[in-house]
Amino acid sequence: MYKKRKLLGRIKFVVLFAFALAILYPLFWMLASSFKPESDVFKNLGLIPQNFTLENYKIGWQSNGRVTFSTYFRNSILVSVFCVIGNLVSCTLTAYAFARLRFRFKKVLFALMMMTLMLPQHAIIVPQYVYFYKLGWIDTVMPLVVPKFLATDAFFVYLLIQFMKGIPRELDEAAIVDGCSTYGVFFRIILPLCRPAFVTTVIFTFMWSWNDFFTQIIYLRQVENYTVTLALRMFIDSTAKSAYGAMFAMSLLSMLPIMILFIFFQKQLIEGVATSGLKG
Amino acid sequence: MKKKLWEKYAAWIFLLPWIVGFLSLTFVPMVMSFYYSFTNYNLLQPPKFIGIDNYIKMFTTDLHFSNALKVTFIYVFASVPLQLLVSLILAFVLNKGIKGLSFFRAAFYIPSLLGGSVAISILWRQIFGMNGILNMVLDVFGLNTGISWVANPKTAVWTLVILRMWQFGSPMIIFLAAIKQVPAELMEAAEIDGANKFQRTMRIMIPMISPIILFNLVMQIISAFKVFTESYIISGGNGGVLDSLLFYTLHIYNEGFGKMRMGYASALAWFLVFIIGILTALVFWISNKFVYYD
Repeated sequence: MYKKRKLLGRIKFVVLFAFALAILYPLFWMLASSFKPESDVFKNLGLIPQNFTLENYKIGWQSNGRVTFSTYFRNSILVSVFCVIGNLVSCTLTAYAFARLRFRFKKVLFALMMMTLMLPQHAIIVPQYVYFYKLGWIDTVMPLVVPKFLATDAFFVYLLIQFMKGIPRELDEAAIVDGCSTYGVFFRIILPLCRPAFVTTVIFTFMWSWNDFFTQIIYLRQVENYTVTLALRMFIDSTAKSAYGAMFAMSLLSMLPIMILFIFFQKQLIEGVATSGLKG
Repeated sequence: MKKKLWEKYAAWIFLLPWIVGFLSLTFVPMVMSFYYSFTNYNLLQPPKFIGIDNYIKMFTTDLHFSNALKVTFIYVFASVPLQLLVSLILAFVLNKGIKGLSFFRAAFYIPSLLGGSVAISILWRQIFGMNGILNMVLDVFGLNTGISWVANPKTAVWTLVILRMWQFGSPMIIFLAAIKQVPAELMEAAEIDGANKFQRTMRIMIPMISPIILFNLVMQIISAFKVFTESYIISGGNGGVLDSLLFYTLHIYNEGFGKMRMGYASALAWFLVFIIGILTALVFWISNKFVYYD
């Protein structure tokens, strides 16, 4: 009986392992292809490049020759970093009010906030575009970044509220008895204890703004202002010329920051998904 | 005195960014976009009121609209149940004390992590393209059809269904966490009563985690309706051959930001809100009968 169970366990492991490999195979193939000469890319399914080359990365990085991927990466990093800062500051402030403070219309406001969670972005994108157009913000990072400083990502507000509610209220009360103001409680008690929730917020905001395509394609026009995702799209537009190797190389580089985050924060990421049902 | 005021209005000070954001970036735009949906507006001239013409146009002269609706519905209603089924099955398999659980969890999560990116859409275009991986694999078995799966109107949307199924990792992780919460005594009691593994799963596990299944269902339906990147990149922005990859959001984008028909795009967007609202309500209504809450 024991032996049989052990054998079954082993079979299950092998099957699952094969399944995992099959699922990840396209990614490995892309990685391998990025190191193959253009002529070899569609020749075989093998994962080991026979004629190893870095040419694809050199060609890909040059992009259209005038603007290179250095610019695109700089733009993407700029957008993502500001989105992270914006979400951290604004969502934390909002969450503290909802989780701890008393004020009029709290229930109504909370319901409104939760409603925005369900509202598709498309329903408000046109008037937002008109706003930003009139402000002269088209083709700048402002439309991508400014909303984050105004707590428009209700999702993270909700996440932080849930987390703050888990912090024992006795801590606040003790601090208030000791003479702390509302602000003191926020800075001395809540902020230091929210660190795990901040990590989740940072990682997911970074990932989502890094991968964002819809908002960026709407607001960014000139190649100089392109982010990595928009630059990748240019490869698609010019598929007449075959530059698959270069396209794969840059696609892989575009995923690198996300993979690095995943490697370092795997535990927090998976816990974040598990506890809050985040869509990664 | 000054300090007292700060203290008195503390809540509003903390809420200030959100209130400004909610009013200026959500509430007013919502009202405006609703108004725009009854106008003709190209951004350069002021909006011109045309009544419900935009909504009539959707169902009469706009031939892309029904295509987009059809493609999006096929996508949502094929991919979401399949994705959840795969993730549920794997969650059950992984739950039973397997070696290397954290490895599998991580490996299965990677597609969810990267799935929505432009890079993966580019990869998908190649996998299912004329010279792609799929045809190369089929070639090994002598089955090469010589078709491009993304360019063939019959198969195009299904390549995107597969792309979503491929991202089963994140619902799987949520299910795994939910399964862990089911009290062990319940399962043991059923075992003593003679229920086999399959019965225990179907009669106890599934009902116990049904609120989580519902949650995933609603979230995935909403997010599937909003898919844009995949449709844009894989079709090259034009919606593919015979609109076979024209997702609803891409249609909104093309009308609004391609052809500068801001009024019409708003009407399309509000119709999407309407559909999502109805479906969410429907799911909750049906689930009232099936979902088990403590």
